[in-house]
This record gives sequence, structure tokens and C-alpha cells, in this order.
Amino acid sequence: MSKQQPAIEVKSLNKYFGKLHVLKDIDMTINENEVVVLIGASGSGKSTLLRCLNFLEMKNGGEIIIEGENIDPKKDNLNTVRQRIGMVFQHFNLFPHKTVIGNVIEALIHVKKMNKEEAVTIGMEYLEKVGLAEKAKVYPRTLSGGQKQRVAIARALAMEPDMMLFDEPTSGLDPELVGEVLEVMKNLAKEGMTMVVVTHEMGFAREVADRVVYMDQGVIIEEGAPDVIFEQAAEERTQEFLSRVL
Amino acid sequence: MGFWELFIETIPGYKDAIINTINITLLGLLIGLGIGLFFAFLKVSKLKVLNIIADMYIYLVRGTPLIVQIFILYFGLVQFVDLGRLLSGGIALGIHNGAYIAEIFRGSIQSIDRGQTEAARSLGMTSTMSMRRIVLPQALRRAIPPLGNQFIIALKDSSLVAFIGFQDLFNRAQRIQSSTGMAMESYIIVGIYYLILVLILTFIVNRIERALSKSERGVDHE
Repeated sequence: MSKQQPAIEVKSLNKYFGKLHVLKDIDMTINENEVVVLIGASGSGKSTLLRCLNFLEMKNGGEIIIEGENIDPKKDNLNTVRQRIGMVFQHFNLFPHKTVIGNVIEALIHVKKMNKEEAVTIGMEYLEKVGLAEKAKVYPRTLSGGQKQRVAIARALAMEPDMMLFDEPTSGLDPELVGEVLEVMKNLAKEGMTMVVVTHEMGFAREVADRVVYMDQGVIIEEGAPDVIFEQAAEERTQEFLSRVL
Repeated sequence: MGFWELFIETIPGYKDAIINTINITLLGLLIGLGIGLFFAFLKVSKLKVLNIIADMYIYLVRGTPLIVQIFILYFGLVQFVDLGRLLSGGIALGIHNGAYIAEIFRGSIQSIDRGQTEAARSLGMTSTMSMRRIVLPQALRRAIPPLGNQFIIALKDSSLVAFIGFQDLFNRAQRIQSSTGMAMESYIIVGIYYLILVLILTFIVNRIERALSKSERGVDHE
């Protein structure tokens, strides 16, 4: 893959929920190794935009180009597309009937068709990476929220995706558990993972993001380097939003 | 002859009746589980046609008395093909319970959080794989208590096959009543047999439920 080719390109993306127009002509480019943070009030469409990127929500118009491939949900195999895009959810969505390692190796075995030993070796590597190797054999129920989210990150990473989507990964956590999850994400960013993050953690956006995108009512209002957005946003709506959350 | 004499005297004759009741109930439940799972899938399908087919099946079965269904499957069908009382009765019980079991499975499948499917799909799993490996195992676990309830209903409802001459518990009781004239005693005795079977069934269902809920409680058993 050439360095110039963007990881994700979105062209005039439109999305409706019934009559509600939630994404209006969105254009966005995510470059390789870039960390992009989407901010905005709830209902601004940022989560929907993220979910459109791996086709958990289907677009109603426009183009989504993943690594140069214009994806047509009707023709292309979305399952192979999704293997290249890891996703982490607000509510973790760990599989409660499987152990921690069982969660991590599930798709390795059944999607990537690895044998169990191979999958466990890789799975343990990623659990190590999020600092939870010793929890491999317990069920998710016994974990704290922060630990659950780290397992969810390990589960997504184990598939060795080219990019990661984070949908409010710390919004479901008690405040004292937010740090450990952000720490894992920071390390991931340092390693050069391409990341799109929907979050309310402005500190994280400021510190880690290469680019911050502010959305309101289904439209991208403004985007730019964190310093620029946080210190000298051009748009009044952006300034207003930031004054409310900072 | 008093109650206890009648009870003890009829024990040997009840042995086959107990086995027959268990057999036809198990047959009915096995068929019912298959039918139930099948129509549950139709009901949770995105295809409207399949939803309607499932709704029609459930309406037809729930809207007619079980005894009518049993008579159709036995006396009605015998004009074309004689399946025998066990098979006819078992199929009738299966068709009947299948409608209720379908609703139980549908409810338990839909009770599983959408996020489970989304997580599975985001990892590249197909929709069939997500259903089979992620949603169904959790849904089946949740279905156990209402299924146990349905099993008890099925066991008791199986008494209606006595009316096509199947030699089950209730059929036996009717024979004892007509040969001894002791109606009250005969029917109380058969009631006791049903109570014992229900007790055993409840015990088994509880054991299964406990075994399956281990991981939900976070117990490590690897």
C-alpha cells in the first residue's frame, strides 16, 4: 500500500434514520497512521459516522473508500472489509459466555481459521499488551469496566486490523477507570495505529490527536490540529461547544 | 378396598403407563424444540414473508385446541396413513408445543443485546456465525426457565392422547376407574403420578440451568 493512499475516504456521505437526516454530505479523509478524534454534542452524528465506516450502519448515499477500495455493501464482502477495521464499543460488548481469552481468540479461530494453539499464542500476546494476561481464564463478569474495555481492545487488536475505530470507549466507565483505557489507546497511537476516536475526553484529544473534527447536527463544522481547534477555533459553534465541555 | 390398597395394587399396571407418558412427552418435546427453533428463526428474520409464515403457524396452533390437533393427526390422518398412536400423538404434541417454544426462543434471541451481534460482525464474523456462536448460546441459556415451564405443560397436556387410545397414565386411570368404580381414588392416584414426574422434571431443569449459568456468574471452570 502506498503511503499516500488514505486509510479511509468518505465522500458526500448521507445517512437517514427514517426521516431524520443524521449525516449530511460528510467529506472526510483519514490518513494512514493518523489519529483523528471526533467531538461534538450527543446527537451530532459522530457515532453514526464512525459506525458507517465499518458498515454497522449502512450509508444512504455517498462513498466510503477503505484503503483505496470503494466499498459497495451490496457487492463487496463486508466481512473481509471489517477484518481490516477493529472496533471498540462504549459498552464493551464482550461475549459473556466466553472467557477473556475465549473472547480474544473467537474470531481468530472462526474467521481467520487459525488452530487453537496459534490463536491462544496471539491472543495472550495482546492480553499481555493491555496488561491483562493473568485474567485470561476468567469470565468477563468478574472484571472491572476498565479491564473489560482493555479486553475488548485486545480482542479487536488480535485480528491485526489496519485501523481501529473507538466509539466513546470511556463513556461507560467510572471516572477512576478511564485512565487505564486511555493509556492503552495512547500507546497504540504511539505505535502508529490509524485511529478514529469518538470521545468526550478532551484531554485525550488534545494530547494524542493529530486532528480534531468537530461535528454538529450531522455536519462537520470544523477540523484541524488540536492546538488550533482548542485555542483558536474559527467557528462560533465550535467555540461555544468547547466552552461548555472544557 | 381403600385408597392405599388400590394405589399399591395398581403400581405394576402403571409401569408401562409411566414409560409411555414419558416417551410420548419426550417425542413431543424433541419435535417441538426443532419446530420451535425453526419458527423462531423465521420470526427474527428480516424477511417479512418469513415473519408472516411463522405468525400464521403460531396463530393456527394456538388458536385451536390441542385435542382437535391430536384427533386430526390420528383419526384424520389414519384415513391416509396410519402412523400409530405414539407417533401421531407425539407429532401432535410436537406441533402444539413447537408454537409456544418458538415464541420462547424468539423472545430469548431478541433479549440478547444488539451489541453482541455488532461486536461479532465487527470482528468479521458472518451473520450466521454470529447467530450460532454468539447469540444462540446466550439465548438458549436464557430460554431454559421458560422452556422448563413449557416442558411441564407438555407433560401434563400429554394426558390428552389417552383419548386416541394411547396407553398413557391418564388412559390407565380411566381403565382402573371403570373396572373398580373408584373414581375419586383412581384420579387422585394418577394425579400423584403426574406430580412425581413434574417434580423430577423440575429437578432436571434446575440442574441444567445451574450448570449453564456458571459462566454468567463468572465462575472459572477451565
